[in-house]
Amino acid sequence: MTEAEDPVLMLRRLAVEFTTPNARFRAVDGVSLNVERGQTLALVGESGSGKSVTTLSILRLLRPPLARIAAGEILFRGRDGRLRDLAQLDERQMRSVRGDQIGLIFQEPMTSLNPVMSVGAQIAQAIRLHRAVSKRAAAAEAQSLLRLVEIDDPARRAASYPHQLSGGMRQRVMIAMAIACRPVLLLADEPTTALDVTVQAQILRLIRRLQREFGMGVLFITHNLGVVAEIADQVAVMYGGQIVESAPVHELFDSPRHPYTRALLASLPDAAAAHTPHQRLRVVPGQVVDPRRLPPGCRFEPRCVRAEEQCRRSGPEVMAASPVHDVRCRRWNEA
Amino acid sequence: MAVERGTTEPLLDVRGLSVHFERSGGFWRRAAPIKAVDDVSFSVHAHEILGLVGESGSGKSTLARAILRLIEPTAGSVRLGGTELLGLEARALRAIRKRMQVIFQDPYASLNPRMTAGENISEGLRLLGEDTRAARAVAVTELLRQVGLPAEAAGRYPHEFSGGQRQRIGIARALAVQPALIIADEPVSALDVSIQAQILNLLLDQQEQRGLALLFIGHDLSVIRHFCDRLLVLYLGRIVEIGTTEAVFANPQHPYTRALLDAAPATHPKRRAPAHAPALELGQRPQGGAGCAFRTRCRYVLPACHGAVPPLRTVAAGHVAACIRTDLPARTEGALS
Repeated sequence: MTEAEDPVLMLRRLAVEFTTPNARFRAVDGVSLNVERGQTLALVGESGSGKSVTTLSILRLLRPPLARIAAGEILFRGRDGRLRDLAQLDERQMRSVRGDQIGLIFQEPMTSLNPVMSVGAQIAQAIRLHRAVSKRAAAAEAQSLLRLVEIDDPARRAASYPHQLSGGMRQRVMIAMAIACRPVLLLADEPTTALDVTVQAQILRLIRRLQREFGMGVLFITHNLGVVAEIADQVAVMYGGQIVESAPVHELFDSPRHPYTRALLASLPDAAAAHTPHQRLRVVPGQVVDPRRLPPGCRFEPRCVRAEEQCRRSGPEVMAASPVHDVRCRRWNEA
Repeated sequence: MAVERGTTEPLLDVRGLSVHFERSGGFWRRAAPIKAVDDVSFSVHAHEILGLVGESGSGKSTLARAILRLIEPTAGSVRLGGTELLGLEARALRAIRKRMQVIFQDPYASLNPRMTAGENISEGLRLLGEDTRAARAVAVTELLRQVGLPAEAAGRYPHEFSGGQRQRIGIARALAVQPALIIADEPVSALDVSIQAQILNLLLDQQEQRGLALLFIGHDLSVIRHFCDRLLVLYLGRIVEIGTTEAVFANPQHPYTRALLDAAPATHPKRRAPAHAPALELGQRPQGGAGCAFRTRCRYVLPACHGAVPPLRTVAAGHVAACIRTDLPARTEGALS
């Protein structure tokens, strides 16, 4: 991984194991990454890649015995500057971290907001959960948070119920709740996936602005490389529970090394290319890997156009394509 | 291909189509109806792909449903191969329905979970009473081959397939009755990125081989741009712009089209939107007044925009836009920072 500058979060060989009546498998298998203060790391992956399970394990929201952290460390540097392994904390200690020092926003604000409580009251409740302030002060704070997330007429909006707001406005309310306690780390799990592109652009801009103002580290989970291009400083690409490539965003887009990353980027049409209708896209053959049925060698091998005999036998180690660029492929250096 | 356009009759011809929903305005008053689709006219030719874009609430899906007569339009005309669909009685409508088929975003919700893939695919043939059981089985095998699935897939149930495979089954089912028009409503939005390209290429292959007219509803402009021959932009139920995909991307003439193109995420971090760039204002349907529906969000609004709904103005051959301004500054796409 890259040289640590000022990381707020460091995952070290994190493994998450799922146990179901029919199977036991690792949905996350040896994930290491750093989220630097004031920077955004985009964690990119498809269904079954393990990106959302990674987020849930950071917050310790996995449900044992179905899912548990099997190995690794979740090193978090809180406001007090101390480095703690979240994997070792009990539920009481986690409750003081979750929502206070680590904020969370995800795809469906409607499922996380209380439908029978005004949004102002919900934000105030989030504040009072972690800080000893009066109801009146919390209500005033809620309104200034609504202003901070660029909601017009916050006094009136604070009295609104979630169903009275548009999808974009609900996402803003969720962001207001997530940053209410000025977290040092924000986890954003596909926060714009359900939104129209126009609203998505506004929300991405808002997250960038808030990050600049508060210096938060942001772990941004997405499957959309366009969103990555808009928001990320660093990128980590996940496939089959492992990080297969990580690099600064410009380096990743300019010289992707893993065949999977290359294929994903090739399916993003070039903005400068000619407009030809009926244009075929470059295709990654096959199905997305199922973490319950991993191939014996490299996890991308069944879909890989470069696979050779050795790839079928054993998975590659992480290799350094540059001092800041890691890749899990034997043939990364081939054009 | 698009070249033939103008020389042949359109396959689908929609004129003045409106879908208005009545709503209650309270005890004494009657509120104005919601105009989900309002006076929409366009056509699609055989061999042609028309893209339909707009935000949620723009009326895209309502328009598709009105064409299929899954909801009853309030006014207008929908002709398929010269036959007027509106007002057609049930039996005649059933006969003509096989000429138009639909592919939905979520194939899992549209396939019958208690039927095998083969039964799902041949259901349309069976309902039409056209083939014997043996002939249907042959047709299913051939359709599965065309959508890239093995013949054994016929005996399996929808839940045994991945999302991408289910969408292949959805496509096979739509193709089974040999339609002339397919309406695809966000057919890849629910699929993994690496699977989307597979399904889009499959749709293109079948559309070209069969000479289908395809109405493609989507929101991913980077996909639309390399897929569709022409583009129709819908805003609050009205057409704001139609043109060839190339013309609309290169020279968008409606401020809403521009806002949509500007909002699309960059394809490279060096083309990232600058943090200070003005975002499209959050807008609501303007209350009252007869002006342009986009006027409350528009960066180029003039006093005249509050007066009347702007008519569609011809920009160039085949390119129209519903904006009174002819002096929009040239748009620089993906400005380098």
